[in-house]
Amino acid sequence: MAVSMRNLQKSKKYPISRWTLARKKIVWAYIFLAIPIVFFAYIRIYPTLFAFQMSLHDYNPLAVEQPFVGFQNYEKVFEELGEEKSKTKAAFQNTINYVVLGVPIQLCLALFIALMLNEIRFMSTVYRILFFLPFVTSTIAIAWVFRMLYQPRFGLFNVVLQLLSLPQQPFLRSPQQALPSVLALVIWQGMGFAIIIFLAGLKQIPRTYYEAAEVDGASRWHTFRYITFPLLNPSIVYLLVLQSISFLRMFAPVVAMTQLGRGGPLDSTLTVVLHVYNEAFGSYNMGFASSLTVVLFALILGVTIIQLSITSRRIN
Amino acid sequence: MRLSKLLAIVMVAILFASLGAVAGAQDTVEIEYWQYNFGARVYAMDILIGLFEVANPGIKVVHNSDIPHANFTQEIAASAPAGVGPDVVTLFYGWIPAYVDAGYLVPLPEDHFSEEFILETFSPMVANSKFEGSYWAIPTAVRSLALFWNKDILADAGLDPESPPATLDEFVEAAIATTIYDGDEKDIYSISQQGHTTALAEQDHHWLREVLFRQFGATPYSEDGRTVTYNSEEGCAAFSWLAAFETEHVTGSIDIGDASDAFVNGETALHVDGSFRIGTIRNNNPDLNYGVAELPVGPNGEQHTFGSYWTHGITRRANDDPARLEAAVKFLQFITSPPAGTLWVNLVGELPAQATAAADDRILSDPVLGPFSAGLAYAHSTAFVNEVEQRQVLIDAFDNVRLGGMDPCDALDEAAAAEQELIDNFWADR
Repeated sequence: MAVSMRNLQKSKKYPISRWTLARKKIVWAYIFLAIPIVFFAYIRIYPTLFAFQMSLHDYNPLAVEQPFVGFQNYEKVFEELGEEKSKTKAAFQNTINYVVLGVPIQLCLALFIALMLNEIRFMSTVYRILFFLPFVTSTIAIAWVFRMLYQPRFGLFNVVLQLLSLPQQPFLRSPQQALPSVLALVIWQGMGFAIIIFLAGLKQIPRTYYEAAEVDGASRWHTFRYITFPLLNPSIVYLLVLQSISFLRMFAPVVAMTQLGRGGPLDSTLTVVLHVYNEAFGSYNMGFASSLTVVLFALILGVTIIQLSITSRRIN
Repeated sequence: MRLSKLLAIVMVAILFASLGAVAGAQDTVEIEYWQYNFGARVYAMDILIGLFEVANPGIKVVHNSDIPHANFTQEIAASAPAGVGPDVVTLFYGWIPAYVDAGYLVPLPEDHFSEEFILETFSPMVANSKFEGSYWAIPTAVRSLALFWNKDILADAGLDPESPPATLDEFVEAAIATTIYDGDEKDIYSISQQGHTTALAEQDHHWLREVLFRQFGATPYSEDGRTVTYNSEEGCAAFSWLAAFETEHVTGSIDIGDASDAFVNGETALHVDGSFRIGTIRNNNPDLNYGVAELPVGPNGEQHTFGSYWTHGITRRANDDPARLEAAVKFLQFITSPPAGTLWVNLVGELPAQATAAADDRILSDPVLGPFSAGLAYAHSTAFVNEVEQRQVLIDAFDNVRLGGMDPCDALDEAAAAEQELIDNFWADR
C-alpha cells in the first residue's frame, strides 16, 4: 500500500495513459468502492438528513406543498410528553421500559447460558443451535406463534396454568401484562446472538488464568468475579450498546402481537418507532413523526455515549 | 480503456435506455389503478378491466392490488412523494376529507359526473358525500350492516333457527342462551361457544356510532358532523349495552380471536357485519348454515344501519396529463355503470351503488342480499375526518371498560373528548 501511494503521488504530473499498472489498480478499486459509498449515502444518510428537514415542516406525504413551521413539531412532542395521557408519552415510557427491563435480563440470561454451554462437551453443538435458532427465525412468524401461545382460552400457557390448577392469566389482553409478555419474546429471540458473542469472548480468555486461580484455591465465584467478568468486558460493552439500540428501535413484535398492530391494549405496548409509523403513514403527520424520530435519534445517541463512556473504562 | 471514454459510453447507454422506455409507452395510454387486496374484489375488477380494455383499445389499465387492507393508506403515502402511484384509486369514503385536504384527489369532472346525474342515479349515501362543494369520488358498490346468525347454534340452544332476534332485548337473550362454557366458571377463559363477540375494531364501532346511539335516543354528531354529541346519558346507555356482552353477560371476547373469523368458522351465534362477509363465508366455510336479517330495532322502535363504501377517485397524478385524465375518466365511468354494479354484486356481494341496479327485484328478494338492500333506505354514513384514529378512540373506550374496569360513561366521555380533538385539529388547518 505504501509503495502504491508513493506511485500515486509521483505520477501526478503524468497523464492517465502514462499511469503505472499499480496506480490504475488503485483507482479502479476506489471506483468500485465508491458504489457502496454512494449507495449508503443515498439509502441511509440522505433520508436521515431529510428527516431533519421534514421535522421542520407540516409535512403531508400526499400534499404538494409542505409549509415550513419551524420548531412547532418539536414543541408538540415535548408538550405531549408533559401530558398525563398521550400516545407520545406512552410510547417513550414504554420504550424506556423495554430497554431498562429487557437489556439487563437478556444479557444476564445469555451470560449464564453461555457459561453453561462453555462447560459442556456432550451435545454442545446441539444446544448451541437450539439457543441460536430463534435469532435466525423470522420475528413476525415467532411473534404470531407467541400470540397464539398467549391466547386466553386455547393458548398453551393458559392450558398449562390450568393443568397446574393455577389462575389463568390475561397476558396480552391486560394493559399491565402486555408489555412483559412482548418483552419475553424479544428477550428470548435476541438471546442467541448474545450467547454467541459471550461464547466467543469466553474462548478468548487464556486457560492459564483459570489454572493459576485453581492453584491459588479460588472459589468458582471468585474466578468468575475476578477473571471471567473483567476479561469479558469488551463483549459486554459491545452487547450492551447493540442490544440497547435494538430495544430502543423495537417495532415488528409489537405490530404482530397487538390488535390491528397498534401497540394496544390502551397503548401499553406502543413503542416510539411504532408511534412514528402510525403518525407518518396512518395519519399523514410526517412532520410530527420526523420530529419524534429526531428525538429518538438523540435519545439513542445519548444512551450510547453514556454507556460507552461508563463501561469501556475498564476494557484494559 | 481510458476512464473518460468508459464513462462516456455508460452515459450514452443510460440515455438511450431511458429514451427507449419513453418511446415504447407512447402508443397507448397507460393508467394505473390501485385497490386493496380482497380476493373477490380483485377478481371482479380484473374482469371489468378486461372488458374495458376491449372496448377502449387505446387504453391499458395496470391493476395494482398487492396491498393489504391494513397497509393501504401507508402505501399511498409512500407512493405520492415518489411521484408514482395510481391515476384512479379506490379509497374508503371516510378518507376523502384527508385526501382532499392534501390535494391528492381532483374533483370529478362536472361534464361527466354532474351533481344532477349523481343525485338522480346513485344511492342517497353517495349523494351525501359532497365535500367542500364538490364530488371527489364515485363508487361501484355500497354496503350496509345487517345481522348474521348461525341457524345450527340457535337450534341447538332451543331457539327457533328461522327467527333471529328482532329487538335489542331479544338479541341479548339469544346471545346469553347460545353461549357455552366449559365447566362452571363464567369467564372468557372457559367460553367454548360465543353468543356474541363485541369487536369495536371490526364493524361494531359503526354499529355503535350510527345505529345503537340513535336507537337509545342519542345523537352521535351535530348536523355538520363537527361536534361529537354521543357522550350523553342515552349514549352511555347504548355503549354500556354493547360493552356488557363481554363485561357482564360474558358471551364472547375478541381476545379469543377475531369476531368475524369466529362467526365464519361457526363458533359464534350472532354477528353484525357487512355484505362483503358473504364472500368470505362462501370461500372459507361454504357449509355454514347461516341467515341474514335486518339489524334489530332499538328501544325506541327505530331502525337504523350504517352505510359505507369504497369509492373511486381521480388523483392529481392523472390530472397532470390530459391523455391520462381522459383515460381515467372513461375508466371511472365504466366501472361505475349499472352493468359493472350488477357484475360486482354477483361476484363480491356488495350492492350496486346505482340505485336502479340496487333496487332490482332479484336483489330485494334474495334471502341474503335482501336485508342489506333494504337497509340502504335507512343507512347513515359517518363524516369521518380520520377514520383510523376515530375508530381507535372507540376501541380504547371499550378497552378501558373491559380491561381497565372504567365506568362506561367516563370512558365514553374520554372518547368523545379525544374524537372532538381529532375533528378540531382537522378543521383547524383548513
